Amino acid sequence: MARSSDLSIIAVTKVFGATRAVDDLSLEVPANTYVVLLGASGSGKTTLLSMLGGFTAPTSGQLLLDGRDITLMPPAMRPTATVFQDYALFPHMTVAGNVGFGLSVRGMPKADIAARVEAALDMVGLSGFGPRRITAASGGQRQRIALARALVTEPAMLLLDEPLGALDLNLRRAMQDELRGLQRREGRTFIHVTHDQEEAMAVADMIVIMNKGRIEDAGPPERIYAHPRTRYAATFMGESNILSATFGAGGAETALGVLPVQGKGGSAVVIRPENLRLKAADGTILLGDWTVTACVFQGAFARVAGQIGPVTLHLRCAPRDAPSPGQTCPLYLGPGGVTGLAD
Amino acid sequence: MRRGAVTLAVLLPMLVFIYLPVVTLVLFSLHDGRVPLPPFKGPTLEWYGKILANPRITVATLNSIMVAGVSAAISVGLAMLAGWGLARHRVPGRGLIEALILMPLTVSYLVVGLGLLVATGGLVPKSLALVIVGHVVLNLPLAFAILYVQFDTAQARLEMAARDLGASERQVFWRVTVPSLRVALIAAFALCFTFSWDEFIVAFLLSGFDPTLPVVIWSLLRTGLDPQTNAAGTLVFLVSVVAALMVEAFLLKRRKDGPVL
Repeated sequence: MARSSDLSIIAVTKVFGATRAVDDLSLEVPANTYVVLLGASGSGKTTLLSMLGGFTAPTSGQLLLDGRDITLMPPAMRPTATVFQDYALFPHMTVAGNVGFGLSVRGMPKADIAARVEAALDMVGLSGFGPRRITAASGGQRQRIALARALVTEPAMLLLDEPLGALDLNLRRAMQDELRGLQRREGRTFIHVTHDQEEAMAVADMIVIMNKGRIEDAGPPERIYAHPRTRYAATFMGESNILSATFGAGGAETALGVLPVQGKGGSAVVIRPENLRLKAADGTILLGDWTVTACVFQGAFARVAGQIGPVTLHLRCAPRDAPSPGQTCPLYLGPGGVTGLAD
Repeated sequence: MRRGAVTLAVLLPMLVFIYLPVVTLVLFSLHDGRVPLPPFKGPTLEWYGKILANPRITVATLNSIMVAGVSAAISVGLAMLAGWGLARHRVPGRGLIEALILMPLTVSYLVVGLGLLVATGGLVPKSLALVIVGHVVLNLPLAFAILYVQFDTAQARLEMAARDLGASERQVFWRVTVPSLRVALIAAFALCFTFSWDEFIVAFLLSGFDPTLPVVIWSLLRTGLDPQTNAAGTLVFLVSVVAALMVEAFLLKRRKDGPVL
């Protein structure tokens, strides 16, 4: 299906005064990909989205959609559609008026619009909501209306600016699954901005971690979580134990000894809390005697902090296995649990 | 209880002070006698019949309605364009322009009226058109103040969304900007209308041989007190009240609808 397009971001820079909001950023996004731009506020993710939507002109660089230059194309001409953070629904129109707006301004006949609007509302589970007032819709409904309004114009790329930020936690988790399903069914590229790493992992084919206008790491969620490329990516995605290290032929030399390591590194390695074990098993390595300093019950798991000499290590385990503070026990490293980090 | 009593003791004289003249005006418009002085006799609608049969008053009323309607429409239209232009575009010297637009709010009506009289210097004859110009000068800043604050970031995002969905600049303005501000537009129009409707000084200085209603009432007063003037004054008051209620109703409705997205 030719619904989606390949996106190339080539050396794009955006300067606001003295700040480089986006700094010489390049990225290839294949068609039909769910991309999440993940970063703290000020990382440049929203500026990048705004440039993709045509609301901000890059200072330099190029944006290509299927090889066609869209860098300076105005939003109205661009085959993109945006779901805004506050949804930006038109308060003076009905639900159907909002969803049909993009078709109506293109001069589509009324009867065709009505049919397409109903189909779009059906797609987001709001069949029959057309005649209602926008002001009567709940937060979750507004979210869906905004989605329908953007998708009805058949964009090559859907841009979502913190689309779930205004929803409460339960609704947010449910909408994540829906967004994911919608992207699969529609077969379009979605580019979704968020600062919520769990949300990113739940929906993305490709996570792009941004920091100071640059890409820290980009790739599938599983790879990014298990083997982050940089120290920033490791700390941003989930909990992590980061140790200073020097890299040699035998692995990474750390305060806990020489450890087998995955990937190249600069001056540090990361060990995810779930890769630390309290019991020996196949392929585990004894790290040393670990003195527990704190234990926090989190429901399905417990977070335990403790020390081997001067090194603090965090571990995740089943609550019933969790040792109490003050206890000392041997600590093991699971196989493939150490990843080298670029600086 | 005691706080309630104190509140009442303060509030009651204040309300009497504010509303006694209005109540007297309305009450003695129904007075059955030649001089509107106590004791009250009646009621009668005789004086209302008289003023409705008086062509000077009916023509002046139509003049006033026309002046108020046209000047309010021009004020709101210009204020809308000024607000949109200043809020949505990069304008050099924006602060200065805002200040210049709002400045007439602080200038006395007498100065505006005299200024227009001197500036037109007999080249333009005194007329209702000149009154309209004067009222636009007075009301434009007010309409601008009401509308300008509506162009906030949420409103800007509505326009962005419209552009994103393929709307041309013309479509953005007429299908999103104007209708999404309709509440403020109606409120601004109604306020400008009432201010123009009972404005006297500028109308007196500039209206020439086509007086507006306040000017005619003033000339009636010169021949002495007469319940006819009470009846005419009551009509002026009622129109203002209706317009004010309209503003209130629209603003209230907006609050009930919750924040505009």
